Amino acid sequence: MKKLLIFLLLAVLVSACESQVRPDDDTAAGGAGAGSDNAGATVGTIGGDGSLIGTALEGKTVSYEKNAINDAGNVLSIRTIYFDLDSSNISDVDTEVLKHHGKYLSLNPDASLRLEGHTDERGTREYNVALADRRAESVKRVLLFQGAASDQITIISYGEEKPAALGHDEAAWKLNRRVELVYE
Amino acid sequence: MKYVLPSGRKPETVSAGPIPLMKPITTRVLLLLLLAVITQPALAVLKIEITEGVEGAMPIAVVPFEWSGGPRLADADVSAIVTSDLLRSGKFAPLPEKDMLAKPRTPAEIDFTTWRIAGVDNLVIGNVSLVGADQYEVRFRLFDIYSGKQALGYSYKANSTTLRAIAHQIADHIYEHLTGIPGAFNTRIAYITSQQEQGGAPQYRLQVADTDGYNPQTLLTSPEPIMSPAWSRDGARIAYVSFEDGKPAIFLHDIHTGKRENIATFAGINGSPAWSPDGKTIAMTLSKDGNPDIYLMSLADRKLRRLTSHWAIDTEAAWMPDSRSIVFTSSRSGKPQLYQLSLDAGARPQRLTFEGNYNANASVSPDGRSIAFVHGSGNSYKIALLSIETRSMQTLTDGPLDESPAFAPNGSMILYASQDRGTAVLAAVSVDGRNRQRLALSDGEVREPSWSPKR
Repeated sequence: MKKLLIFLLLAVLVSACESQVRPDDDTAAGGAGAGSDNAGATVGTIGGDGSLIGTALEGKTVSYEKNAINDAGNVLSIRTIYFDLDSSNISDVDTEVLKHHGKYLSLNPDASLRLEGHTDERGTREYNVALADRRAESVKRVLLFQGAASDQITIISYGEEKPAALGHDEAAWKLNRRVELVYE
Repeated sequence: MKYVLPSGRKPETVSAGPIPLMKPITTRVLLLLLLAVITQPALAVLKIEITEGVEGAMPIAVVPFEWSGGPRLADADVSAIVTSDLLRSGKFAPLPEKDMLAKPRTPAEIDFTTWRIAGVDNLVIGNVSLVGADQYEVRFRLFDIYSGKQALGYSYKANSTTLRAIAHQIADHIYEHLTGIPGAFNTRIAYITSQQEQGGAPQYRLQVADTDGYNPQTLLTSPEPIMSPAWSRDGARIAYVSFEDGKPAIFLHDIHTGKRENIATFAGINGSPAWSPDGKTIAMTLSKDGNPDIYLMSLADRKLRRLTSHWAIDTEAAWMPDSRSIVFTSSRSGKPQLYQLSLDAGARPQRLTFEGNYNANASVSPDGRSIAFVHGSGNSYKIALLSIETRSMQTLTDGPLDESPAFAPNGSMILYASQDRGTAVLAAVSVDGRNRQRLALSDGEVREPSWSPKR
């Protein structure tokens, strides 16, 4: 009985470990289908392996050819990262999105990106400029980690000066706490 | 003064020209100005509305001044301006004209008994005489009703352009005589306006107006944000942040000549300009070395000295009156708090605020003994006052979105930005928190006030 239990325990542990391990892909990790380093090939569609279903990335295609940023169905069409109050932490789903952008930049060295940082209206204006700058720097770090070059990325912080939504409640505020990715 | 609409992205600097102190205004120029006021919403006047009571205010009667030699000028009604200034200070309760039983024009006509019975402590009489082509003489006298004696009397030479400033000087004299505090009526304010143009894009303007809202002049119009106007201590220049080149830069703008200079356009943030009281240095926030920190720029040679080098956000520098230390906002303890740092080498910042988890945007009183700042708790941001000596804090306003406090040059009031029914407005509160007034622009949003030094 004891041997059976130990065997079962080991089996459970091994299978649990296996599901944690992700293939060490050079392409963005996560739910993409067959991976490839080649900027010219379509890499796949997000959601293929069951992860990232129900997120904004579901169903988006992944490719890093030069015109991919003009394709509304591509994951690179997601250009806004949102944040919690007073925070410059990036969510897991948004980290996924940024990994694709970072990969695109690394495979297209002529491409350049402007990161525009914003906050909601609460708090003081100059402090919010600094906070929004922090958010943009967080985004830049993820992009650099994926191989983008520092001189491909410029950062402008607008603080609370350019809201996307004009209301004075959380419904508006959460749309304003953002970094926008603008390909130039 | 010309108002020029910008085309495309390039902003236009509208020169205020040499401030026309002595130039007579011809009818044609007046008509043009009138046309400009009617057709350009940006020149709408700040309207003052009293929103809080005037407890403990001194009763005073300012009898409408007699005009001779020419008509009373509606736009330069001296006694009306004096009355309005004294009322706005929160320290006086001027008697309405309709309640005046008598309107003496000379000392001989004053019946002190009647005024005593009416409960008026102080009486002002005066006159404005047109003595030549656009040349006026203005005289006023202040009487103490109980002693029956004249307390104060001055006469001035003016023209139609300077009459308002003379009225503010008269209000300053009366205020100082009766309260012991210098007046701050003959001053100006700078502020930012934002108006949604047809087509949806906002237009930003840096404007300067008399503290009572009259004579607004636009110094800069831009399709990109303008922030943080800061008046120099000699009243000649305003520093501000402009995004007109697609990224933030700090400009120094001469308000008389309209000339301006870009003094900081480093990589990253260029923000929060603050003039030292001795006029030698501008403090600013730069992130060029990796992180928002406070730097000092010498105005003589534009050399930079880095003052803070902490990984946290350091911004919003404000000078103490001796120009030897600054107060600033730092997130080094986790959330924004106020710190004071001496300019001496090797000095360390001393934390000033310990209540609540959001304290930012300091404005130091002219005597250096207190600091007005933004105190946030939960979703509510209010203006508060900190005593440097006792470190005790008092909130002065109700929020929920109050910001940008600016001390009056006489330390008696604090101008700040507030919201009224969803619209951004300016408001003023007395330092004891008892008197509050709202100043409302007719169109658009107004914010970020900066108070000039006394003229």
